[in-house]
Amino acid sequence: MILQHIADGILSGAIVALGAIGLSFTMKMLRFANFSHSELLTWGAYSALVFLAFFSSFGGFFDQTIGPFSFGADLLLAMLCACIATSIIALLLHRFVFERLSRMAGHMTMVFASFGVALTLRHLVVLIWGSDPIYYSRELQFAILLPGNVRVMPDQVFLLGLTVVVVIALHLFMSRSRTGIAMRGVAESPDLARASGVNVDRIITWVWAIGASGAAIGGVLYGMTVQLRPELGFSLILPLFAAAILGGTGSLYGAVLGGLIVGLSENLSVMVIPTTYKPAVPFLLILAILYFRPEGIFGERSR
Amino acid sequence: MTAPHVLEARDVIAGYAPDLPILHGVSVHVDAGEVVSIIGPNGSGKSTLVKAIAGLVRVSAGNVRLDGRDITGVAAHKLAAEGVGYVPQTGNVFATLTVRENLVIGGAPLAKAAALDRIEEICTIYPILEERMHDKAGSLSGGQRQILAVARALLTKPRLMLLDEPTASLSPMAAGELFDAVRTLAEGGAAVLMVEQNVKAALRMSDRGHVLAEGRNRIEGPAADLLADEGIGEIFLGFRRDAAWKEGAG
Amino acid sequence: MIGLVSYIVFFLILSLIFGIAVLGLNLQWGFTGLFNAGVAGFTAIGAYTMAILTGPARDAVLGGFELPFVVGLIGAMMASGIGAVIVGLATLKLRHEYLAVATFGIAVTIQLVCLNWEYLTGGTLGLIGIPNPSKAWADGPLAQNALYLLVVLVVVGLTFAALERIVKSPWGRMLKAIREDDIAAASLGKSPERVRLEAFVLGCMIMGLSGALYVSFIGYVSPWDFLPIVTFQIWTMLIVGGSANNRGALLGALIVWGVWTMSGFVISRVVPSEIQAQGGAMQAVLIGLILVVTLLIRPRGLIGEELHVSRHARS
Repeated sequence: MILQHIADGILSGAIVALGAIGLSFTMKMLRFANFSHSELLTWGAYSALVFLAFFSSFGGFFDQTIGPFSFGADLLLAMLCACIATSIIALLLHRFVFERLSRMAGHMTMVFASFGVALTLRHLVVLIWGSDPIYYSRELQFAILLPGNVRVMPDQVFLLGLTVVVVIALHLFMSRSRTGIAMRGVAESPDLARASGVNVDRIITWVWAIGASGAAIGGVLYGMTVQLRPELGFSLILPLFAAAILGGTGSLYGAVLGGLIVGLSENLSVMVIPTTYKPAVPFLLILAILYFRPEGIFGERSR
Repeated sequence: MTAPHVLEARDVIAGYAPDLPILHGVSVHVDAGEVVSIIGPNGSGKSTLVKAIAGLVRVSAGNVRLDGRDITGVAAHKLAAEGVGYVPQTGNVFATLTVRENLVIGGAPLAKAAALDRIEEICTIYPILEERMHDKAGSLSGGQRQILAVARALLTKPRLMLLDEPTASLSPMAAGELFDAVRTLAEGGAAVLMVEQNVKAALRMSDRGHVLAEGRNRIEGPAADLLADEGIGEIFLGFRRDAAWKEGAG
Repeated sequence: MIGLVSYIVFFLILSLIFGIAVLGLNLQWGFTGLFNAGVAGFTAIGAYTMAILTGPARDAVLGGFELPFVVGLIGAMMASGIGAVIVGLATLKLRHEYLAVATFGIAVTIQLVCLNWEYLTGGTLGLIGIPNPSKAWADGPLAQNALYLLVVLVVVGLTFAALERIVKSPWGRMLKAIREDDIAAASLGKSPERVRLEAFVLGCMIMGLSGALYVSFIGYVSPWDFLPIVTFQIWTMLIVGGSANNRGALLGALIVWGVWTMSGFVISRVVPSEIQAQGGAMQAVLIGLILVVTLLIRPRGLIGEELHVSRHARS
């Protein structure tokens, strides 16, 4: 039983991690708590629905499921397009709302604005796609039985595998590419980066695109393994914040580890508290980490 | 008419908030091969002046010229690409990044291959950087950090180097070495504008000096003359250390 | 004509009840700079306390005290205040954005408790049969509502007058000093932490009062009345009206609630019945847009702070 909870915790933690990467970066680099970030997961998941309809209309190869999975090449392509679409949404929000406010007001004004943006984005989903649950696929899948009587779906294995790939790719990007290194520099000191010749605006564009793409992938994976609901992202607000704060804002590994901790503690908590109180677990984690180590696990103490 | 100065700032009014200028019309110029020191008491606007020239503080009136071209209001990262190197007083290296990564960021305006070549060149000038290449900059000593900060700014071969209190946290020996490095830089043809609290030492190695007070030019002249002026020495030697943090915070 | 009058009375009651919560938030954010993203949670505490204290006896649920209305109001404020002391002690040292996240989490947790602690809250069904005092004193819905409006007006008037006095008192000046600069405020002699906690608790008590008035008027309470959207609505009211101005807080409540009900009315008339269910979503989109657009074009709200522009307005 406990092994099943651990497996479920790792799986939901992977989705939280994908969403938390972007939240953690924007919290660090744009210095505001973006309550609308979780809606990017919702938009990623739902926009993939549109692209999925487009690609599967080609039929044949696109429409066929791959191996034991419930989806085909159409959903993978749709996920890619959803990353682009969600990045565009995030960049538009940055250009027309958050960047403007950061210039003329302060970062708390950006937090209010993110309330409004979250409300708008979430209910636009209801207006466009309705509030009933939607599934990408109705294909039946057979669970894989792992040692210890742990059951996982093939799609969940894919979820975990893709998350690992994304994290490794991001790790290489952040440590090898000049843009990635500059991004870490901007996180530490925007002014010094500017004076060193880094175009900070361009880096911020990258931050949004990476954050939004991570959110879109997380959203699609959620839709693939659970279902699409307009509250998909909203219900992840606290888990995402918990992961970002746990890991220390601005840290890739922190966000990933934070996501795993959140997923595991949520799923293991049901062994000690009633399931209905599970959504409060991330909040308790937030309180605990802010109380004992406000800079997070990977955060810098110096500030 | 003679060739334009490498840097010419005229009647610069600048500050952090539009309605609260810290500089009330400061002028300064630096020629190639010259080291010019800015000295002045706490809060006189020395740091703000170099930040305004580097494009990090908004200039609300007056203008800044680089080789005769108006660069007032140009974004800091573009200035870095145009040949303005800037070493801030505090937080002048990326502590969470390795030495190499710091240098890579310094090479941001260059093409990738050119940047890597320059990093190699710089490391032959400062072998200590080669040695510590893959260590976090935060683990370097104060002197090593300062060298890294200067090296980072040097990657683009700037024609104008702005140094904000480069010796503030250094031992006298490290400070001496750094001044030597700055002198070498000027001999190589760069124009150097330096803010210093260590007035005597700074003036000894400078060609000219400017004294700022309350955001305005007060006294200027050849460094040797300022050094000989006992009044200046007396006024400023007392302000050495305690002034440092406030300027940095502003 | 009577229909319109009774509608206006109904509208005024609800918007003024919201207005009270906005006044509480204004004390916290507008005057003290405390970012409370859990407004819905504190109104919920007040609402449920009122329901329990004044409501009839129920099977398997705590209750049956049937205490008078005014006792219910006081009890609601006390309960919200106690909740605020606990929350405040745990979170008020946090930086702004972390305080926002933490208080948001508190509201979510309070809503979970409302949903699941059936002995206290009746669970998903909520609590019904909460007495409205005006029903005992007047006949007919219009007279009863008019009477309740009077009650609400008295409460709003008292709250408003008290807050106006408070913010002009030395303690009120201390609040603004804390908002601008903690360190400078400490030099005024009182511990900023203590004063922040006091302002937070007082603000939450006012939110509890608002929740209590709401349940007495509606007659029942359920967890669905305190979703996070309520917090967003109340924030929008404050931003639209203008923070750090009590008149602005009330004006914002009237305008935003007006837009909410008007848009609901228009949607119910214009939108085809098969997508009526989405009408609520349109209203929410509208509120979200109003909040964002206000911040962009009129960040200080319709009537902002009366004094000179402070650093607070910019930072």
